[in-house]
Amino acid sequence: MYAQMVKSEGMKSLEDMTPEERAFQERIDRGEKIEPKEWMPEGYRKTLIRQIGQHAHSEIVGQLPEGNWVTRAPTLERKAILLAKVQDEAGHGLYLYSAAETLGVSRDELMEKLHSGAMKYSSIFNYPTLTWADMGAVGWLVDGAAIMNQVPLQRTSYGPYSRAMIRICKEESFHQRQGYAIMMKMAQGTPEQREMAQDAFNRFWFPALMMFGPSDKDSVHSAQSMAWKIKMNTNDELRQKFVDETVPQAEFLGLTVPDETLRWNEARGHYDFAEPDWDEFFEVIKGNGPCNEERLEARRSAWDRGAWFRDGLSAYAEKAAARRAAARVAAE
Amino acid sequence: MSRKEWPLWEIFIRGQHGLNHRHVGSLHAPDAEMAINNARDVYTRRKEGVSIWVVPSAQITASAPSDKGPLFDPAESKVYRHPTFYDIPEDVGHM
Amino acid sequence: MPSLPDVMIPEVADLARRAASGQTADPHLEDVALKPAFFDWLCRMGDSTLILGHRLSEWCGHGPVLEEDIALANTALDFIGQTQLWLGLAAEVEAQGRSADDLAFLRDAMKFRNVKLVELPNGDIGQTLMRGFLFDAWHFEMLTALGNSTSPRVAEIAAKAVKEVSYHLERSSDLVVRLGDGTEQSHERMQAALDYLWPYTGEMFAGDAIDRAVTEAGIAPDPAALLPLWQRTVTEVLAEATLQVPDRRFDAQHGGKQGRHTEHLGYILAQMQFLQRAYPGASW
Repeated sequence: MYAQMVKSEGMKSLEDMTPEERAFQERIDRGEKIEPKEWMPEGYRKTLIRQIGQHAHSEIVGQLPEGNWVTRAPTLERKAILLAKVQDEAGHGLYLYSAAETLGVSRDELMEKLHSGAMKYSSIFNYPTLTWADMGAVGWLVDGAAIMNQVPLQRTSYGPYSRAMIRICKEESFHQRQGYAIMMKMAQGTPEQREMAQDAFNRFWFPALMMFGPSDKDSVHSAQSMAWKIKMNTNDELRQKFVDETVPQAEFLGLTVPDETLRWNEARGHYDFAEPDWDEFFEVIKGNGPCNEERLEARRSAWDRGAWFRDGLSAYAEKAAARRAAARVAAE
Repeated sequence: MSRKEWPLWEIFIRGQHGLNHRHVGSLHAPDAEMAINNARDVYTRRKEGVSIWVVPSAQITASAPSDKGPLFDPAESKVYRHPTFYDIPEDVGHM
Repeated sequence: MPSLPDVMIPEVADLARRAASGQTADPHLEDVALKPAFFDWLCRMGDSTLILGHRLSEWCGHGPVLEEDIALANTALDFIGQTQLWLGLAAEVEAQGRSADDLAFLRDAMKFRNVKLVELPNGDIGQTLMRGFLFDAWHFEMLTALGNSTSPRVAEIAAKAVKEVSYHLERSSDLVVRLGDGTEQSHERMQAALDYLWPYTGEMFAGDAIDRAVTEAGIAPDPAALLPLWQRTVTEVLAEATLQVPDRRFDAQHGGKQGRHTEHLGYILAQMQFLQRAYPGASW
């Protein structure tokens, strides 16, 4: 989810596969986990690095829109909860980078690719958070959409990724609840608060739907990733599930879904809803979203301003190790 | 640009009930002492009574993948050997 | 994995509620003559943790490395939790129907009682860590001494906080040593941070009538009594960090505890109190 449009390597039929590839695919079909250092097709490894890396980047860039309100949280408790939540995003990024590192890429390499624009992060984090109600909307909708994709990913075929997702899901479920709790307070609050809540909902509804990626018919890389069990559901399946679950939650809040075409379809047993504006989506991915430049600049700047800190600590560790070694020699 | 990336460490934590240390994940740190402090912040949130081991990832020697059959099959019936590092929370799948 | 906690908020919130419900009897809370001084002193404790926690929370998402980002947030969370306890007790002592949140979000700068040191800007990460260290070294001694407070409620809060703060001090001393004795650049930055912050440290040990009143009541130690302990820690750590104790007065800057602040505090409050001020009476 935090990984949109991950390019996957080509798809082969069982007959066209080499014996290793076939044995590998059969292990995945049996539901076995693939662990680091085990044989895997190069395409599997590369696709996973792209996907896990993009997911990790989304977590740390995802700190920024909510981090934007940490210093303006309205009560001590809200401040603590929001800070704990945004801190969790850093933790999630860390778990995911660690999972990617088992595939033979370093965190610094991935960071460089984020900073250079060679790797992407989820489009959703390029939207601004303008009022406190956005903290509710982001938790409720963005974390809600993310969890829809992350829950099945706990069963993904790559062991370290699966374990990272399990830990992340455990934390994310509290995230969505805290967002919804903020929305409830706002929706039941003063007229100004209700207005803020509806406005936040209006602004985040379609960007949240975009989080699942383009429609299946335009999604060229799905088949191979699904065969490898690194993508568990199609984009449209998850989007539908999200809409079906979110609409009643919005009704409970007394908020109006900003989609006049939204209808319950008795025959399908699902809501019919309007597609988001995919042109906007592709523009945001390309770098033309409302906050692309600020987000990337914030990450680059944190990294650059932190260089002396990281280097200073490395230098001390080397000196301390040398001193210990010298002391050992002297003692002998 | 940093001249050198901090090394990666594998983190093992003992819970509060006299259990063995278990692998919980990894992180970066310039040396072992800082790896322990970072592990405290990242993986335990400083809950008391836990013990932390840190091991440079580069120092881990793993069995060769091809050994997997003979090495692990006899242990199949011994549940305590299964490396399930993480609890799956009951509320997974719920909001 | 054995179930490790994901966040510590519920525990802190629970402690705050317990403290607020006043399960522990405390005769000082009934002492009418002592009330104004006791209230002010509690605000000094709570405002310092509030403002420092706020400053640290500004780092969230902008730390120099993920591990440090997470660690800074943990420290900020500890401070916010401690603020809930100190200001919660202050509100109870005052007994005017105000809550900890009212005190945090609805007082203006001149009513804030934090030391100036904690409201200074974050600067680079070195300045943030140095400020943390200079504060932690005092905070740890203060909380340790408060373990013997004649006020059971104060002793209770201190006992909880000192566990967190002993880790803050361990961590900040370690980083000051490492960065002081790291590269030439990290050394210079740490020395510059120390030089800038030094004149603000003396305020932590300067007593006034408020301090005398709570000291006489046996609630808190004489601030000056903590100075030798602080000096010992600071001298030791700075020496190991190869940093020079600045050759200037350490008490040139003061007044925060009496509500005379730097210009920085107003901006912190403008941000922190925005929602409560813009939407009076709303519930969040």
